[in-house]
Amino acid sequence: MFPMAARKVATAFLLLSCFLGGQAFAVLPDEVLKDPVLEARARVISQDLRCLVCQNQAIDDSGAPLARDLRIIVRERLTKGDSNEQVVQYLVARYGNYVLLKPPFQADTLLLWIGPGIFLLLAAGTAAFYFRPRNMKAEAPASALDETEQSQLAELVKDI
Amino acid sequence: MSAEIGHFALILALLVSLVQASLPLWGAVRGDRGFMALASHCAVGVFVFVAFSFAALTYSFAISDFSVRLVVSSSQLAKPFIYKLTGVWANHEGSMLLWVLILTLFGASIAVFGRNLPAPLKARALAVQAMIASGFLAFILGTSNPFARLDDVPLDGQGMNPILQDPGLVLHPPFLYLGYVGFSVAFSFAVAALIEGRVDATWARWVRPWVLAAWCFLTIGITLGSFWAYYILGWGGWWFWDPVENVSFMPWLAGTALLHSAMVVERRHALVNWTILLAILTFSLSLIGTFVVRSGVLTSVHAFATDPARGVFILALLVLATGGALILYAIRVPALKFGAPFAPVSREGGLILNNILLVAAAATVFLGTFYPLFIDLIGRDKISVGPPFYARTFIPIMIPLMVAMVVGPALKWKRDTLRERLSGFRLSLAAALLGAILVLAFTLGTHLLTALGIGLSLWIITGSLLVVASRIKLGRTSAANSFQLLRQAPRSFYGLVVAHMGFGFVVGAITTVSTWQQENILTMLPGETTTIAGYSVNLRDVKTVTGPNYDAERGTFDISRNGALVTTLQPERRFYPVQQQQTTQTGIRTNLISNIYVTLGEQDGQGRWTVRLYYHPLAPWLWLGGVTMALGGFISLSDRRFRIGAPQRAKSLVATPPAEQGAVA
Amino acid sequence: MKRASSLIPVAVFAVLAGAMGLGLTHNPRELPSMLADRPTPVFSLPPLLPAMAGLQSQDLSKGDVVLLNVFASWCGGCRYEHPMLMRLAADKRWKLVGINWKDAPGKGAQWINDYGNPYKLLGDDSSGRTGIDLGVTGVPETFVIDRGGRVRYRHAGPLTPEVWAKDIEPVIAQIEERS
Repeated sequence: MFPMAARKVATAFLLLSCFLGGQAFAVLPDEVLKDPVLEARARVISQDLRCLVCQNQAIDDSGAPLARDLRIIVRERLTKGDSNEQVVQYLVARYGNYVLLKPPFQADTLLLWIGPGIFLLLAAGTAAFYFRPRNMKAEAPASALDETEQSQLAELVKDI
Repeated sequence: MSAEIGHFALILALLVSLVQASLPLWGAVRGDRGFMALASHCAVGVFVFVAFSFAALTYSFAISDFSVRLVVSSSQLAKPFIYKLTGVWANHEGSMLLWVLILTLFGASIAVFGRNLPAPLKARALAVQAMIASGFLAFILGTSNPFARLDDVPLDGQGMNPILQDPGLVLHPPFLYLGYVGFSVAFSFAVAALIEGRVDATWARWVRPWVLAAWCFLTIGITLGSFWAYYILGWGGWWFWDPVENVSFMPWLAGTALLHSAMVVERRHALVNWTILLAILTFSLSLIGTFVVRSGVLTSVHAFATDPARGVFILALLVLATGGALILYAIRVPALKFGAPFAPVSREGGLILNNILLVAAAATVFLGTFYPLFIDLIGRDKISVGPPFYARTFIPIMIPLMVAMVVGPALKWKRDTLRERLSGFRLSLAAALLGAILVLAFTLGTHLLTALGIGLSLWIITGSLLVVASRIKLGRTSAANSFQLLRQAPRSFYGLVVAHMGFGFVVGAITTVSTWQQENILTMLPGETTTIAGYSVNLRDVKTVTGPNYDAERGTFDISRNGALVTTLQPERRFYPVQQQQTTQTGIRTNLISNIYVTLGEQDGQGRWTVRLYYHPLAPWLWLGGVTMALGGFISLSDRRFRIGAPQRAKSLVATPPAEQGAVA
Repeated sequence: MKRASSLIPVAVFAVLAGAMGLGLTHNPRELPSMLADRPTPVFSLPPLLPAMAGLQSQDLSKGDVVLLNVFASWCGGCRYEHPMLMRLAADKRWKLVGINWKDAPGKGAQWINDYGNPYKLLGDDSSGRTGIDLGVTGVPETFVIDRGGRVRYRHAGPLTPEVWAKDIEPVIAQIEERS
């Protein structure tokens, strides 16, 4: 009984740790390459390539004929010995940057990539400005409630 | 006849709405109770007319009245009855009517439930609500009339996109609209406060329940949308960072920030200017969403009615509403003086951090969604911004939020010390680290992000439980006393804990599914067996079946484990002859811990069928987590302190009527 | 200072609204061709019809203005634009050539026999690779190629008189001017 359980756990371990990750929802059985390393590379590349005739899908996820063609091209180029970068460039040469789901890092996308960092800094900066040292006593809330009502309000709104 | 009545009701609604948008404002300035009260009556009236109109349209669909153009384009005789009804909003005109129905429903709700609101604020808020309603009613009547008739009545309709003939369509749009149209209330109240020139101490108190309600609905709406995509699209994906998904996600992010900053306004009368701005921005994001979905400006899986002419109208409404509100903000805000000071390490500070991160996150999603448009306009390059972008920018912003959200609720107001607070979370930190280390061990050190995700998820979940433990002084006092403290804790406290835990579930589920899902893609002959994730899958047969308006090939798969049958799944490939469209019906088996997902592909001409099998561990918690978050929100909503209309039920405090009434000059 | 900073939201919104307004005039699905002002890649397609020659990339730079039309028998838009192509074929100002894209064997030839052949040269791209090299995403597509063999314009979708007058005619006029 114990060895059975141990075997189950081991299998689970193996299944979990062997899985390389990545999703290929539309890949057909006849497209899958024999070489698992190349196939894995194909999947990784395909996930970042846009299906041009769909609306917002990777070629890996699309059932469209053109997506299939592109998947096959990716695998062909890999089999011919191209590096990942070369495979991607092959398609960019034909279809432009539109085919990349990860926008390229170039002059006109600089703002896109550093934008989020800028937003964070701006927001943090605004907050820091808010926290700048001030005379704590001088600023009393301009409220329409008088003291009694304020304490009543405080009672009502005790612990949120 | 019913279509004409429906049309007429809509016109009446517009007229009453215009009255609601004008006279009460004048009444508020003059202190005229009659005109102010008119707002409430109008609000209810507008809702009744729009509801009537909606009922008339639904009736036309129910009886398949093909003299109405919309029924022809969105329905057909063979459709199951329930989908005839939901077909009402499966198109642009009908869904716009649903949008306005919900907008006016909220207006009427303010009128009915806001009994203890100060009259001028209520009148102004309803007036603003009516301005928005008038704009959209005019839009519908002018460009998107659902009641247009056809001269030649066809014998049958052209049906509807078969993907929409699904239970998801029954629920997803209504909840989504309840959510993002619900934020109109916060908008209206914010603009009303700006018009008034002041923000009462209790303004946030009035507004917060509405924000919370809208937030709950939007959370459910987005969760439903994701789940629907998962089972109907056949790819096993559940979020694509598609522009239309993003435009529902942005109001959610901003709305979450609003929910939290409103707490600071309510408790400490601080962050008022910011909260007003956020209230305007949240609903503006909803309006932008409406614009994007219906104008064809961005490509998306959802593409509704891509009509630039309609786009112009909505853009005009957007400019008037948001532009107007922001101009008013610029004018009035310098005059609003507020700010009870507090130290950076405090509950307020934590909530500010929450806001910073959520707003930066929303801005990031906005940037990614609209950048292709900007680049196209200036550089003539066409680019795509897909999941890889968001993974590298959105996730890093959310990580500090996930860390802080555990400690934040435990911080004291005004001033606190971090060291003291953090020491209370040692157990959570231990759990998180343990989880992360285990993951690293299992994956032989390869999956760092997974370890981080699991660690954060455990941090949030255990941290939320520790907050409860600390409040009931677990271990530091008697069990009976702890139990008493547990029962006495206000519902909003439970709401917070449940909602935060729900988020923790979602984070854990996302991490787990993304890392450890398994697939098996192959061709099978009926009778063959294969495996997935330790389950044995046997394709019993593939049969042709006929549905009410489709033909399908249905595969029967027996799933077993250790020789015992676990379940039988029957995925289909359906062909709808009227639309000449094919859909995939997936077979999903869930035990609420993981999903087995099966789709049937094409036959290769030699009897072998393409079969795709997936195993999605913890996937159900993607959506159960979302539901949990919404549940937390609803629990908070049920807190009696939100039912402001009953101060006399509270402990002997409020002998005097609320000071706001009569304080207006 | 406070007054100025409170104007920032309106200002940002104004820019956004402007961009969205302009965006309404653009078609987000329109892809500019990567071949603009460049020669086509080298290709050599076998003949679709036994009596005619196939299509090679050299045929595109023989000194004529070339209209390269990509079509398929399974494409409804191609059927729609076919009469227009027959009219264009007669015009001596340009040479109309065709590529049959991703068609099953015999289907393309059958289609041409049924409806008529407007093409001076016609290549068979059953695998679709040449189309992909040209950046084709669907059919029909038409390329305008100048006398030096450079691609000057690519139209995706059926050719209609409106499209011709608005988009293609001006390009051809430009080519004529230069030469």
